[in-house]
Amino acid sequence: MSLTQLAGIFLAAILTENYILCKFFGICPFLGVSKKLDTALGMSLAVTFVMVLSTAVTWPIYTYILVPKELDYLQTLVFILVIAGLVQLVEIILKKYMPSLYNALGIYLPLITTNCAVLGVTMLVLDKGAQDPSFGYIASLVNAFGAGVGFLVAMVMFAGVRERLESCNIPESLQGLPITLVSASLVACSFLGFNGIVDGLLK
Amino acid sequence: MGEKKPLIKEFTKGIIKENPVLCLVLGTCPTLAVTTGVSSALGMGIAATAVLVCSNSVISALRPVIPNKVRIPAYITIIAAFVTIVQMIIKAYAPSLDEALGVYLPLIVVNCIILGRAEMFASKNGVAASALDGLGMGIGFTAALFIMGSIREILGAGSWFGLSIPIISSSPMLIFILPPGGFFVFGMLMAAANKLNSKPVKKQKDINCAACPMSGNCNKLKEGKECG
Repeated sequence: MSLTQLAGIFLAAILTENYILCKFFGICPFLGVSKKLDTALGMSLAVTFVMVLSTAVTWPIYTYILVPKELDYLQTLVFILVIAGLVQLVEIILKKYMPSLYNALGIYLPLITTNCAVLGVTMLVLDKGAQDPSFGYIASLVNAFGAGVGFLVAMVMFAGVRERLESCNIPESLQGLPITLVSASLVACSFLGFNGIVDGLLK
Repeated sequence: MGEKKPLIKEFTKGIIKENPVLCLVLGTCPTLAVTTGVSSALGMGIAATAVLVCSNSVISALRPVIPNKVRIPAYITIIAAFVTIVQMIIKAYAPSLDEALGVYLPLIVVNCIILGRAEMFASKNGVAASALDGLGMGIGFTAALFIMGSIREILGAGSWFGLSIPIISSSPMLIFILPPGGFFVFGMLMAAANKLNSKPVKKQKDINCAACPMSGNCNKLKEGKECG
């Protein structure tokens, strides 16, 4: 795989296949921790890290152990356990070395395990690999990293939008989550505009 | 627990008062992703309900055996096993549904509703109560998905269950099927639920956040703030 193709995969994962705004993965943390810029940043960094790490582990497990032994129906079970273990590891490290970040992320840290973005990316890269044999290990890792950065971009952008929302005069029944979802819809609209841009840039 | 409370209450609370999607805001990812059509929304709802009922009963039955420290991995393993079974059944008997749901089918494992109910309800209550709780929550989830799917398919594709509707189908509003439409319809539905909830039951506001299955370890609740 050439470098241009890898760059294309990376950009596509951020812009046109944005995991939050186009694929609806990881909506819970998106709505939950995007209130403040710093927690949004910490959460997305943790998610990016877990995403790349779990893709790096699950890809060889699937390709070299599960498929040759015809155990690929165990995919869901094996992947979620690997991710749960990795999240536990990140949690222990954060608790020990960065207690302030640990306190800020609170409930959402163990919930990275149940963040569909992480499990989603490990499965989607395998789907892509099945369709296109040239989409190998490196491409999968780049895709996972791009998905994490896309997650970060959406979270940080949206945290900015939400900080502005707080000073707005909003009708009573729309206050809180409803108006947040409506603004998320507008942000998602703007991401629709990126359709085709990656192909245009690199070809 | 649970013996004195009428079992029927465990069943009905999930449908309206504590509707997992509209009131507790759990399981939002599949809600937004598979509701581009009514049939895929309904299929997802039924699959999730089946997993929820099975996992809730098994976790409740195994609760004396599972050590407290490793309970979350144990729950996830049980849930993943049931998801794999449901996935195999759907692949065998409804391959078109399998195609429509795609990667979101295995992702039922990480649906917060299921782990949330396991953690907050099934780990503390008897088998019968847990199964009913799962069924109620599952039906509430399916109902919310069904409503979302209907709105999006009617407005966005001009059809319902694939049957085209006369006037609308000539110029459907495509945006409702695209991601932004999903967020928008969800926001509007939640606003409607807020409006309906605020008038007749004023006490509801206090319950709102405490009813969240994560309330036990929710930092925001301890700080006295609203969730989300």
